Amino acid sequence: MAIKIPILKVGRVLVVPIQVDMDDATVLQLQDSILNELERTGARGVLIDISLLEMVDSFIGRMLSDIAAMARIMDARTVVVGMQPAVAITLVELGLELGGVDTVLNVDEGIKLLRGEFVLDDDDAASANEGFSFSGESFHRS
Amino acid sequence: MESRSIALEQETDIAVARNEVRAAAAGMGFSIVDQTRLTTVASELARNIIKYAVRGRVIIGTVQNDSRKGLRLIFEDNGPGIANTELAMRDGFTTGGGLGKGLPGSRRLVDDFKIESTPDIGTRVTVVRWLIR
Repeated sequence: MAIKIPILKVGRVLVVPIQVDMDDATVLQLQDSILNELERTGARGVLIDISLLEMVDSFIGRMLSDIAAMARIMDARTVVVGMQPAVAITLVELGLELGGVDTVLNVDEGIKLLRGEFVLDDDDAASANEGFSFSGESFHRS
Repeated sequence: MESRSIALEQETDIAVARNEVRAAAAGMGFSIVDQTRLTTVASELARNIIKYAVRGRVIIGTVQNDSRKGLRLIFEDNGPGIANTELAMRDGFTTGGGLGKGLPGSRRLVDDFKIESTPDIGTRVTVVRWLIR
């Protein structure tokens, strides 16, 4: 029933564009997938794009905090990008602080922030030149 | 808008409730921020029902008061009830391993919030957001 969210590896960053309204099963599956990909690829950063999310409730907010905490233990930093203003207002009123999660306005800023965290080595530059490499399948219901 | 009832019986019904509430709020002319507030409240309170009561329903309808029009959501279940609603409304209080933000956070996102609960009988949470404030 869970919808598969794509995880793209760009250099040493995992890019996660969330483009659908996620039910709880999808949220939990995404958390697992990101951690598995971190281990498999040795990525140093996770960039989660929520610009198309029209709502972040306490369940999704908790997932974002948990991913950031778990990724940090795996030596990777997490950035959440593109939060809509209405979502930010609602999150604050709800009382969620997204502890440990860095937020920036757009993907460019997110990549900049993550790249500042680690020096690009040759391997990095090579894989960045290859462009996006897809890991996992794109949107389909499983 | 006639009131309509949406069954909350499985986890995916939470997303259904969210979509219905957003559509109703948008249809009444609520701002994007208010639509987001109401959608988030629907998500929190519908999840509470699935998590604690297993099944229940949400009734989406309009209310009129003098010159004001509002969207009212009633979340009902016949679950175990809440022994101490005052405690349950406190930030950070949870019996389910969550963040304890669902009920107190939802109260901050609406204008009117009423919770009625009887142990072993069930729980009803009624919320209203007014269009002209």
